[in-house]
Amino acid sequence: MEDIVKKRIKQVLKGDQSAFEEIVSLYQNRLYQVCYRMLGNRHEAEDIAQEAFIRAYINLHTFDQKRKFSTWLYRIATNLCIDRIRKKKPDTFLDAPVPGTDGLDHYSSLAHDSPLPEEEVEKMEQQERVQYEISRLPDKYRSAIVLRYIEELPLQEISEILELPLGTVKTRIHRGREALRKQMKKL
Amino acid sequence: MKPCPEEIVQYMHDYLDGEITRRDEQILSEHLEKCQACQKHMDQLSRSVAFLKSASHIEAPEGFSDRIMASLPKERQGAGVRRWFGRHPMLAAVAMFVLLAGLALFSNFNTSDQQLAVSTQPNLVVEGNKVIVPEGEKVEGDLFVRNGELHIEGEVEGDVTVINGSKYMASTAVVTGKIEEIDRAFEWLWYTIKSGVKEGLSVFEGPDPDDEEK
Repeated sequence: MEDIVKKRIKQVLKGDQSAFEEIVSLYQNRLYQVCYRMLGNRHEAEDIAQEAFIRAYINLHTFDQKRKFSTWLYRIATNLCIDRIRKKKPDTFLDAPVPGTDGLDHYSSLAHDSPLPEEEVEKMEQQERVQYEISRLPDKYRSAIVLRYIEELPLQEISEILELPLGTVKTRIHRGREALRKQMKKL
Repeated sequence: MKPCPEEIVQYMHDYLDGEITRRDEQILSEHLEKCQACQKHMDQLSRSVAFLKSASHIEAPEGFSDRIMASLPKERQGAGVRRWFGRHPMLAAVAMFVLLAGLALFSNFNTSDQQLAVSTQPNLVVEGNKVIVPEGEKVEGDLFVRNGELHIEGEVEGDVTVINGSKYMASTAVVTGKIEEIDRAFEWLWYTIKSGVKEGLSVFEGPDPDDEEK
């Protein structure tokens, strides 16, 4: 598959824009899935996955064709997701009141950062619960966990995507698993 | 009850990563057999992983790739040229230089078609398009007339250049330098190149400003 992709990349670089369509259809599900699991929202996931493909197209000439294309593409997407997550919660101003909301602060506008009441969680459907638990993971661990268990990528590839040493990736996955275990003790 | 060895939890994760050595696996399983707390820990970790893996496969929404293809920046005409320039900056700079030099040359030639231009010496007399070096006067420095008639009755200490015009010399005229008359575009071109090469040599030693423009 990588061979077909490399052929299409060369065509795109020569100015054949339509060759990019095949690249998109080959990777769209995987990329959209990562974004969805990272962000927990279909609308945002589509937004970011689309942005990732457009950036890939614009910067295609910087892609080192000796490397694996999917790694490069995943890297663009996870970086965009992490940026989006960070923008969503400006961590230093969480306590500041939101103007016009009569005393509500930013904590109350974050979807899952404050845990839901237990009975609410118990009422959740299985799939809803999976997404809920992923979204409660700290974002450092979330990207590694999503790439490992949703995309089922090998540790080495995750280390290349996140541009982190293998040891750091392992630590993050270990901590992610421990965090999940604690979140779900009552399961 | 003595506390469990610290490395047991690490072994659990190594096991889950599929990267445990046979020796460590042996130690882990022996420990789990006799320690309920660690058994529970291991069990919770395995269940968390299984729970994650139960996440259903998500597919991109309908029309996703169409929307991407529609929002890609359009490959504009000339994109190829720009890419070529990007790959060959030196050639691009040279091409740019030649283009600009050519443009400057011809625009100079054309705009100077109508207007009278004279070098500025104080004792020159200008009447309409007639430039006169009066009798008995001495003009110092090179004299330059474009689009006009030059009448030399006095003395010029320097070169005389007449472009697109005519020159009349009285018997009293004295010119110490060279006299040159240029009428046609080609000659103007040649003249500019001649003087351009002289100046150009010094220009080329400095950095070419076109280099920065890509």
